Amino acid sequence: MQASIIIFYCLAAMIIGGAILAVTSLKIFRAAVFLLFSLIGIAGLYFWMNYEFIAAVQIVVYVGGIVVLIIFSIFLTHHSGEDMKSPKLARSIFVAIAASSGFALTMLLILQHQFFASSGNVVEPTVKNIGTQMLSTTENGYLLPFEVISILLLAAMIGAIVIAIKTKTKA
Amino acid sequence: MLHSKIIALVPLLPFAVFLLTGLFGRKYLKNFSGILGTLSLLVAFVISIYTAYEYFFIQGRDANGIFEKIIAFKYTWLQFSPGVSIDMGVVLDPISIMMIVVVTFISLMVHIYSMGYMKGEERYATYYSFLSLFTFSMLGLVLASNIFQIYIFWELVGVSSFLLIGFYYDKPSAVAAAKKAFIVTRFADLGFLIGILILAFYSGTLDFGTLIERFTTHNEYYSAVTAASFMGVSALTWGLVLVFIGGAGKSAMFPFHVWLPDAMEGPTPVSALIHAATMVVAGVYLVARLFPVFSLSCPPALEVVTYVGIFSSLFAALIACTQTDIKRVLAYSTMSQIGFMMFALGVSGYGGEHGLGYMASMFHLFTHAMFKALLFLGAGAVIHFVHSNDMKDMGGLRKSMPITHITFLIACLAIAGIPPFAGFFSKEEILAAAYANNKPVFVVAIITAGITAFYMFRLYFNIFWNKEKIENHSHEEHSHGEGPMTMLIPLSILAICAIGVGFIPFGKFVSSDGKELITEFNPMFSLGPVVLALSGILLALFFYKKANGKSDKVAEALGGIYRATYKKFYIDEIYLFITKKVVFNLVGRPAAWIDKNIVDGVINLSATVADNFSEAIRPIQSGKVQQYAIYFFIGALSFAVLFIYFWKN
Amino acid sequence: MNAIGLPQILVVSTALFFIGVYGFLTRRNMISMLMSIELILNSVNINFIAFNKYLFPGKLDGLFFTVIIITIAASEAAVAIAIIINLYRKYKSIDVEDANSMRF
Repeated sequence: MQASIIIFYCLAAMIIGGAILAVTSLKIFRAAVFLLFSLIGIAGLYFWMNYEFIAAVQIVVYVGGIVVLIIFSIFLTHHSGEDMKSPKLARSIFVAIAASSGFALTMLLILQHQFFASSGNVVEPTVKNIGTQMLSTTENGYLLPFEVISILLLAAMIGAIVIAIKTKTKA
Repeated sequence: MLHSKIIALVPLLPFAVFLLTGLFGRKYLKNFSGILGTLSLLVAFVISIYTAYEYFFIQGRDANGIFEKIIAFKYTWLQFSPGVSIDMGVVLDPISIMMIVVVTFISLMVHIYSMGYMKGEERYATYYSFLSLFTFSMLGLVLASNIFQIYIFWELVGVSSFLLIGFYYDKPSAVAAAKKAFIVTRFADLGFLIGILILAFYSGTLDFGTLIERFTTHNEYYSAVTAASFMGVSALTWGLVLVFIGGAGKSAMFPFHVWLPDAMEGPTPVSALIHAATMVVAGVYLVARLFPVFSLSCPPALEVVTYVGIFSSLFAALIACTQTDIKRVLAYSTMSQIGFMMFALGVSGYGGEHGLGYMASMFHLFTHAMFKALLFLGAGAVIHFVHSNDMKDMGGLRKSMPITHITFLIACLAIAGIPPFAGFFSKEEILAAAYANNKPVFVVAIITAGITAFYMFRLYFNIFWNKEKIENHSHEEHSHGEGPMTMLIPLSILAICAIGVGFIPFGKFVSSDGKELITEFNPMFSLGPVVLALSGILLALFFYKKANGKSDKVAEALGGIYRATYKKFYIDEIYLFITKKVVFNLVGRPAAWIDKNIVDGVINLSATVADNFSEAIRPIQSGKVQQYAIYFFIGALSFAVLFIYFWKN
Repeated sequence: MNAIGLPQILVVSTALFFIGVYGFLTRRNMISMLMSIELILNSVNINFIAFNKYLFPGKLDGLFFTVIIITIAASEAAVAIAIIINLYRKYKSIDVEDANSMRF
């Protein structure tokens, strides 16, 4: 028990710390690396909650995919070692106050609220269960969203290629 | 069967043609539009005739010996309150059936005639679409079951009349005439609208049947409307007089007549259809529709109708004697004849023998439509041939235009009231009705009838006789004959009608209370008017048979009177004086000042305020995405706080 | 009983969310903004999983939503980066304030 609590706080610190550094660091490459830590922390949180499948997806897609994509685009658009323009101080303070008040408001609501778990039999988030349900057409099946999201992904892929493709400039 | 909905086709067919030719005419249908319009009207005419046949002969009279009023169908369009609603309906009773027959028949004739007359016109399809629109509106008007429905179609005929008068819109005079017609009739229609509102307010209904019933029997509505008064005149009288003003505007009664002569700027077949046979009798029809109320509950209003009618009749007849534009002569003659119909209604009583005037008025409307359409179409043929409207350019045309000559002569005899032509019968009955009820009116009427004969034959002799030589040198070189068959056939058909329709025993079909009214032919009574008419004709023969200058001498002798008549008694000038000098200076200028300085000032002020305000808030629209995102975020947060903490019921 | 429950996880996810918002509103570099958006999406994912685990253990709906959101995030990142690269080619800059030719 005790170990689990310690692990949770470590993960939380990693997530929040990584996130804060990711949004404040002036070197964009470092920011991307901090984002990577934060995302790994989130994957760890999923492990901690026993959602191994999602944790795996998180690592594969975010860490292995999106962050790599971001780093590539950084290479394409930045000269290494260059600092980003720092945000305007007034705006930073203003936004920080607004975000903190939003955070405070949300916290207030969360802490005041009584959560009630629904009873009933527990479905373990095993890969078998997930696979069966995701690809079934029965009551709780997710086949249709699955297909839709596949098409979306395909469309996004084609779209990304079409947008980024180098058009031949008119001679 | 009568109750079938097929009657709805009568107005809807022209409407469909209007849409078709209006939308696709100029590009796709072109010359086919004429045939399309004519065919649709032929169908409508056949349906009308069939309906009339069924109504009068198959269905016949009910147990009380009256023709039942049939609501063929009714569709509530706008419901204001229980009882007060604007309905779109079709009502069948003797006068509406008579009117649809007249309208479809004349319109059919005009459609056929126009195929020849308007041939080669660039906007041929547009012309036919306007004609169809007019026919649709007029049929909707006569079939209306609801006073507001009449008003709607009333305005629609006004619009289509406006469009057709201004058909040659590159001619400034045509544009001015169209505007004049529209404005003058609009002005009168304002009275009509107020009248409708007064009547509807007190009767609590817009439906004709209910309205007539509530105002002619003793009940709370009747006592309310007679008790309420304004300037010593009861609300009912006000309402009816205002409605009559609307009718007078459309029917070109004094003092709203000024638009009708100018309306002759439109194509001649249009004048025949709208400004002679159908639309201008709408006022008569309206009074006839409300006749029970006028007659039973409100004799003062009926007196107004009588005196306006008889005055307009004499007034127009006098002017017609001096005009030289043949269409204007016909226009004034139309006005005069409508005056006859009006005062015939005015002197009529309700029911039985007293209802003679009502029946005579409707009869005259019917016969007048035939021979006046014939006159106009004949005049159209003459104008087509001579390329001028002015009598001075005509003369001796009887040999080059034999058919037009004969038919025109028939029509002149009919309007002059010579037996056995149609006008004789209806005019005799009007005179008889006037004689029975109002002697002074009778005297004026019989004089007017004599003048009518005189000016019609003045017109006839000037066109077809007189100056024989002119034809020899001016028309030979470009003589294109009398006109195509499409123009001659309607003339012939109408001529036959102008001879024949007088023999229809009209009293059997149309009477004020729906009962049969037997009219007796009284040769002794007829003698006077006929002799008077004949002397009018002889007078015209004496002056105008040959170009002899006799008429000019008389005109000189009469001097000022002649000039005043020629200038139409300066009515137009008086209107111009009132509008230009009085209204513009006393109302127009102050209004313009207020408009410029106060109304515009307010607008400018608000514009300046808005301008400054927008300048002030412009930086918010910076075009910077992140700034927008901040607004969005703050907004979302504020809404969250608002809905969670401050929006609790 | 587990001492760490739903509220603690929600605290983490909420903090992550507002950090993402802060980053999105202050960063002027488009790639950094994209990274902030990823943080926001991740905070939502944590919420879904946490609610699924603690409130509705009998279902897997939250998990599926997470999967779908991850997919959408991937698509969105791909398209966004394509746009960013295109903008960079055109303006030689990926500062949001420089991309203002559609402003008026």
